[in-house]
Amino acid sequence: MGSLEYRCLKATGVYNVLSEALVEIRDVNFAYGHRPILKGMNLTFPKNKVIAIMGGSGCGKTTLLRLIGGSIKPTSGYVKIGGQIIHELDRAGLYAMRRKMGMLFQFGALFTDMSVYDNVAFQMREHTNLPEEIIHDLVMMKLHAVGLRGTHDLLPAELSGGMARRVALARTVALDPMLILYDEPFAGLDPISLTVVGNLIKRLNDALGATSIVVTHDVQESLKIVDYLYFVADGVIITEGTPDEIKASNKPFVQQFINGEMDGPVPFHYPGGDYQQDLKLKSIERVKNNKRKVTERYFGLDRRQKKK
Amino acid sequence: MMAALTKNFVGLGRRVMNSLWRIGIGARFLSLILLNSGISFSRFHLTVKELFFSGVMSLIIILVAGMFVGMVLGLQGYETLKRYGSESALGSLVALSLVRELGPVLAALLFASRAGSAMTAEIGLMKATEQISAMEMMAINPIARVVAPRFWAGVFAVPLLAAMFSVMGVFGGYLVGVVLIGVDEGSFWSQMQSNVDFQHDVLNGVFKSCVFGVVVTAIALFEGYDAPPTAEGVSGATTRTVVESSLAILILDFILTALMI
Repeated sequence: MGSLEYRCLKATGVYNVLSEALVEIRDVNFAYGHRPILKGMNLTFPKNKVIAIMGGSGCGKTTLLRLIGGSIKPTSGYVKIGGQIIHELDRAGLYAMRRKMGMLFQFGALFTDMSVYDNVAFQMREHTNLPEEIIHDLVMMKLHAVGLRGTHDLLPAELSGGMARRVALARTVALDPMLILYDEPFAGLDPISLTVVGNLIKRLNDALGATSIVVTHDVQESLKIVDYLYFVADGVIITEGTPDEIKASNKPFVQQFINGEMDGPVPFHYPGGDYQQDLKLKSIERVKNNKRKVTERYFGLDRRQKKK
Repeated sequence: MMAALTKNFVGLGRRVMNSLWRIGIGARFLSLILLNSGISFSRFHLTVKELFFSGVMSLIIILVAGMFVGMVLGLQGYETLKRYGSESALGSLVALSLVRELGPVLAALLFASRAGSAMTAEIGLMKATEQISAMEMMAINPIARVVAPRFWAGVFAVPLLAAMFSVMGVFGGYLVGVVLIGVDEGSFWSQMQSNVDFQHDVLNGVFKSCVFGVVVTAIALFEGYDAPPTAEGVSGATTRTVVESSLAILILDFILTALMI
């Protein structure tokens, strides 16, 4: 769906009928102490889509994901999932909601004292009364889907980074969630693993009929797999659109981000004090003057003058 | 001068306030563990697994330490009792020292150093590698699933380890006193049997070690759960566990002894 079409449908209200929103974020503000992180955010995540939230480090992407997961509460505004405001739920309600969610953490967060098999089976054993034979079949199917059925006996420490991420993905979709959250799924992966994980995100989302929210700063991989993108900077959405629209965008921030330029709207230098002052150049001058005075005192003349 | 004094007082006040806050948060954490303990008993295999890691894996150090402490008690006790011509009371001296004091205290200190620090490091690393957050996101309460089974395992393990420590200590005392020095075997055991009272000596020791088990395990788990998710955070928490547990054991030992004497 094109961005213009999307916005027209959203404005006329037809969008909600055609593609019901699973997650709605409305006028959300959030601050850590006195430091504002999110400033009046409005985002919509329709069902059965893969949507990316992109932006530089520290722009508030992961905070958004934690708000959706109900780990933190917004200062104002609300986050609605499936018609329920997540931060108004009590613990039992929140846990009931989380059973319908899956989250892939940045480095997998696999349980290091359990085998790959037990990691994937963990939620099934905790939340269902399925017999062990059925759990076995389900675990093998999930591992087969990520191409790692042969690793079921291994410990997480015996896997490479990319393999650990794929096992974590199998664990994330163990109970066929309706909403899957991905926190930097491409971070630290080699090009092959990156493509594999990217394709798996898309394929699993389509197979499960789920909604995927991918928080990432990997532009090229995201543009291949997502249906829609939000760009976040300084706690606000600065642009949004489909991958084609983002590629064609002439906004300086988007161009800097896509092309990986060092300087631009996102400055290379973090704001700081005067550079010369930080280098204590004034005090260096003072040392030089003192040195000159000492030379004059003991040798009668400045050495440089002597040379002349 | 006044400014420096004020600064010191402010700093001291801040430290005291922080300590009080931490004690309060720790007490709240302990109450959360107790409230979420159902799973530790309904799925007892979780507790048994932790009992293996914290209890059975600590057995070697407890047994070896117990035996050598008993051997030292045998030597020192014999030297002292000989001055009063009461070498035959060696059995009761060794047993009473171990059952009433040394068994519970030293077993708890060794447990804090070996298993308590491991618990802190494990929970702290689980937090640092987002395993705790992952569990929360899977709608599984980490206090109930991870912390409470470890707590009850510690509470069960410390009295059992203290008992093992005392038994090995008595055996060490027997080896030195009877086998090496030649104290009469009959008087060694009969004096022990007649002077050690089950209720006043053995049960008091068991009660002490139960209290130490609760305190040491709660401190270890709280420090791990509260550790900043960094390498320095986890190492600092591990150190704090050993220091705080050791001090708590020694202070509580004095209080409990004063109350039970």
